[in-house]
Order: sequence, then C-alpha cells, then structure tokens
Amino acid sequence: MRMKQIVPVCLLLLLCSSLLFAGTVSGKVTYTGTPAHQKPIDMGKEPSCAKQHATPITTETVVTGPNNALDNVVVYISSGAPDDGQVPSQAVTFTQKGCQYIPHVLVMHTDQELKIVNDDQTSHNIHPLAKVNTEWNKSQPPGTPPITAKYDKPEFISVKCNVHPWMHGEFAVLKTNHYDVSKDGGDFKLPNLPPGKYTITAWHEDYGTQTADVTITGSETQSVNFTFKAKAY
Amino acid sequence: MGKFFAITIIVIAIASAIPIVLHTWEAPEDISTHGHLIDSQMDETMLEAGIAFLAAQLILAVFIWQYSNPRPDAKIKRFPGGAKGLVIGALLLVGAEVMALGVFGVKAWADVYLNPPGADAMPIQVQAGQFAFYFRYPGPDGKFGALHADRISEANQNYFGLDPEHDVESRDDIVTAEMAIPVNKEVHLLMHAKDVGHSFFVRELRVQQDFVPGLDVSLHFTATKVGKYEIVCTQLCGLGHYNMKTYLNVLSQQDFDDWIKKEAAMQ
Repeated sequence: MRMKQIVPVCLLLLLCSSLLFAGTVSGKVTYTGTPAHQKPIDMGKEPSCAKQHATPITTETVVTGPNNALDNVVVYISSGAPDDGQVPSQAVTFTQKGCQYIPHVLVMHTDQELKIVNDDQTSHNIHPLAKVNTEWNKSQPPGTPPITAKYDKPEFISVKCNVHPWMHGEFAVLKTNHYDVSKDGGDFKLPNLPPGKYTITAWHEDYGTQTADVTITGSETQSVNFTFKAKAY
Repeated sequence: MGKFFAITIIVIAIASAIPIVLHTWEAPEDISTHGHLIDSQMDETMLEAGIAFLAAQLILAVFIWQYSNPRPDAKIKRFPGGAKGLVIGALLLVGAEVMALGVFGVKAWADVYLNPPGADAMPIQVQAGQFAFYFRYPGPDGKFGALHADRISEANQNYFGLDPEHDVESRDDIVTAEMAIPVNKEVHLLMHAKDVGHSFFVRELRVQQDFVPGLDVSLHFTATKVGKYEIVCTQLCGLGHYNMKTYLNVLSQQDFDDWIKKEAAMQ
C-alpha cells in the first residue's frame, strides 16, 4: 500500500475506533433536605395568559420528582472532550407561551443560533441578564417573527421578562455539545464519549455547581450521580 | 368678519359647557367614604371655572363685536386704570377663586392624608415595580417582616425581598398580586416604589397616589361597596406601563377571611 492510501485508511480506522469505542456517562441527580415551597403564580394582570392555566403554574426554580429527583440540572463535560468548539448548525428555540418560558432551562453551544418565539397574545420583552456576554432586552409583540441571537462566551444567564415579572428562565451557554438536562426522575445521559478522562459538571440555578471526574476506557456506561443540598428558603 | 368670529366664540363656549352642565359623562360610581367630598370639590371647581370661562368668552365676544373693523379715524380705547389695574384685578379674582377651592377641598385632603387612620385600620403594604403591583399582608402576627432589597428575587416570587430564614416576622407575611379588602373597613396603605415612579389609581375609590422612589407614602380609605375594581398605574414608568394593572376586590368580611386563608396557604 502506498503512503497516499495508508494515511486515509488509518484515519478511517481511528474514526471507526472512536465511534466503536464510545462510552456513556449516565446517572441521576437527587437532593437531600426539604426544598423551598414553589409558589403558584397569579397571572391576573395578563388574562390571556391566566386562562391558559386551569390551575396556576408554580415557579420552577426547584423542580423535583419522585424519590428526591432533581430536574432541570445541566450536566455537561467541562473538560476532557476532544471535540469542543464545534458549533451546531441548527438553532435552539426558547418559547414564550402562557407567560412562561419553555423550556425553563435551555442549553446551547457558544455561537449557536438561539431563536426566541412569542406564542402568546401579549407582548413580551425578553431580558437575558448576561454579565459576561452582552446584556440586551428586546420587545416582541404577538405575531412577530422570532428573535434570533447568539452568545459567544460560555455563561449561565438568568432570563426575565421586563413586562411580566414572574417569568423566569435560564440559558446555559457552553463550549461543549456533550450536555444533558436532568428530567423524568432526575435522569441524565451523556453518550458518544471517546475513551479518556473527563470532568463532569452539574449546575443547578439555585443549588450551585458540583463536579465529578470519570474515565471512559471503551464503550462502557459509567454511572455518576449528583446529590444537591436543598435550601429550605 | 369680526362679528362672525364673535358669534362663533359664543357658540363654542356654550356648546362646550352643555355636556358639563348636563353631566353627559358621569363620574364612575363612588364606593368610598371620602369620595363624595372629592366629587363635590370637582363640581364646585367646574362651576366656578365654568362661570369664569363663560364670562370671559362673553366679554371677549362683546369686545370683538364692538371693536372689530374700526373706522380709520376711531380712537383707541383704553381700560380705565391701564394695565396695572387689570393685573391687580385679575390677581384678586383668580387668587380668590383658587383660595376658595383650596379651603373647600381641605377636608377631602385631610380625610385621606392628614387625619391619622383609626387604630384598627387594616394595614396593607403596596409595592409598585416595573410592571406590576404586589401587596403584602402582615399575617396573624400583625407585623411586617423587614425588607431587604438585595434579597429581591422575582424568579422565586420574592418581590419584597423578605428573609423568612432570619426574620421571624416575615414567615407569616402574605404576598399577593391582587388586593382584597373587607367592605366598610378602614384600610391603611403603606406604599413604596421598587424602582421608578408609579401611581396607584382606583377611580371608584377616588384614590390616586404617586409613588416616588425613596419615599414611603401612607394613605387610608374605607370602601363601601362589594365588587371588583381596576387598579391601574397612572404614572408613565417604562415600556410596560400600559400593561401595569391589577384588581381591587372589595369583599364581605367572610369572603375576605376565606381569601386571605387561601392566599396564606399558597405562600
């Protein structure tokens, strides 16, 4: 075989091996203690939103599940991933519906396109409270096209609506595509991890950040669990 | 031409006075104990200003009729006493009118602001912030917990910045988005702004109060009729000012007790 053929073949084999040997980190996020009571939201000042909720929704700062599961925790590879910095081409969407942000926590890659949709009959004014990235706010009357934006630096950004004080969400801008948000019982899964040493970080908007180190040797599934201490107030 | 103008002035003056005299646009129903004083004040003001207005327009029209299109050799007439006399006359007339209205209105003002509320008036704290009003009831202990601006967290609906972990008095405080009060019970509002200037206006209560950032404003009133009334912000406060409103629910004592119990359970 010639050099010209050997190199591409080797690269192909390497690629295949990294795909073949791709491990997964999965686990559960739970809490100890008693979380603060999530208060129902009175949307009386915005009747078009209030009537979309037969029972008032509550704040989503702490979303729990059975067996002390903690949802809405962003779990991601904070170091060790060889493919960081690859900006996905598809956009992520943040929707304003029923005067609520859906999803409550939205994860995106730096420089990935963010689309903000107003699905309500009222105007919103979305105001992501960025401190590292540029802070901005923008009015969005009903029926207008989505707002597009992007953030170029990693940051966890609180999002509020200037018109409706109860609306709250979070943007997690990461420099990796290896992330998940715990849900359905606090479960998360980080697949497609080539063999190597990784640091996994779990972030909750109120309970802080935790890290764990994990090593993937082949195509196994490593189990990593996170437990956060709940705050009573 | 001048005479036609004179007639036009009279016609416009009378036409604009007619709807006022006929009460074409009624004030909304008055549901407060002090409201009638304000309404009479309004009527008196309209009457005095109306008479002065019609008189002024009539005199103007007469002068225009009389002295428009003067003959080339007509002499210029001067008001006896000259300008000085006119100015003094105007000062005395207008001054008397304004003083009279002030004197007549002092009772209405005092009833809301100067006379202290009764000892068993119900205190409710009102916070105006961009772009919603929030209310706080002291709860069973009758005391308001301390406010901590740095603890304000809209995400957690802690609009007032309470610290129940360290302030025992705030643990039973009840924060609501709508205001409810029992009918025929004096209410003492303790008002402050969270950020910029706002204003609290319930037209049926004849209560309108500006919030000045940094000031704690106090007023009291008694509502006399059960119903649901709008509370709107009447001081331009930003891009959401048009949307800044909530409701005042005047309830029977029983309904109010049920309401406050329900709100307390949701805290």
